[in-house]
Amino acid sequence: MRELSHHVLDVLENAVEAGASTIKVHIEEDLKADRMVIEIVDNGRGMNPRVIERVFNPFYTTRKTRHVGLGLPLLRDAARRCEGDLDIQSEAGKGTRLKVTFRRSHIDRAPLGDMPATLLAVLLSERPVDLEYSHQVGSEEFRLDSSEIRKELEDIPLTHPRVRDWLLRVLREGEAGLSHG
Amino acid sequence: MVKLKSIEELKKIRLEAQKDLLVRSQTGTRIIVGMGTCGIAAGAREVMHAILRELETRKIEAHVETVGCVGMCAKEPLVDIEQAGKSRVRYANILPENVPKLIEEHLVKGNVVQEWAIGRLDARKIQ
Repeated sequence: MRELSHHVLDVLENAVEAGASTIKVHIEEDLKADRMVIEIVDNGRGMNPRVIERVFNPFYTTRKTRHVGLGLPLLRDAARRCEGDLDIQSEAGKGTRLKVTFRRSHIDRAPLGDMPATLLAVLLSERPVDLEYSHQVGSEEFRLDSSEIRKELEDIPLTHPRVRDWLLRVLREGEAGLSHG
Repeated sequence: MVKLKSIEELKKIRLEAQKDLLVRSQTGTRIIVGMGTCGIAAGAREVMHAILRELETRKIEAHVETVGCVGMCAKEPLVDIEQAGKSRVRYANILPENVPKLIEEHLVKGNVVQEWAIGRLDARKIQ
């Protein structure tokens, strides 16, 4: 994928498919240690040890509609190319935690890219899902919790045009406010 | 934590939206964009973005939603358009540059764009 935000979207879609109601996304850009860490934690149905073993096999998928599952193998390759790695932990019935690391300044490290578009795509899921997002660059941080937004909106869905336009603007402003090292 | 000013904006949006009976997903227009790995790799997120921009430019109100992989990976990006009382139409291999014509023909003029359409599904029962 051209941007890390595409990979993040892919992992988030997995979480939605796993039945998660809340997904935490934490991005930390440590300028001093020259590391970028992306952590995604969901409360979906999780995976038993037999499934976790096979998750990096590009021909393994739990989908019934196809015979390849490229998302995680590709992301792990991307991390390993940048002196990083991907760690995944899961428990059936509890959820899944994914942590992917990169050397931030590595020449092959793809740009983070359009995170607002990624987050919006997930917030516009047909089945509603809540995101707790935080992005730290050095000592600055941008956070957004969609459950707070849903509470305020009461019965108005996030897919309402006025809401989604507002959401995109808030996400863009928040991300733009972070200086990018 | 959403800023105070943002909460005020949200309250205003809620009040306006609650009065607005026209934009209900069951009775309005739904545009559904596939967002599986196949879709993302083929540029579905950018297509979603182009759709949002086109709707804003034309001041058309429609719900845009994302779904996972439906199994037609070689045909991604897939865009379904569903309107109350009509069949759901599935469009294949849609790129951002196709979006203006898609919206113009299907939503504004009411014509299915045959060259891109790959299927029709029965109209959803309206609750």
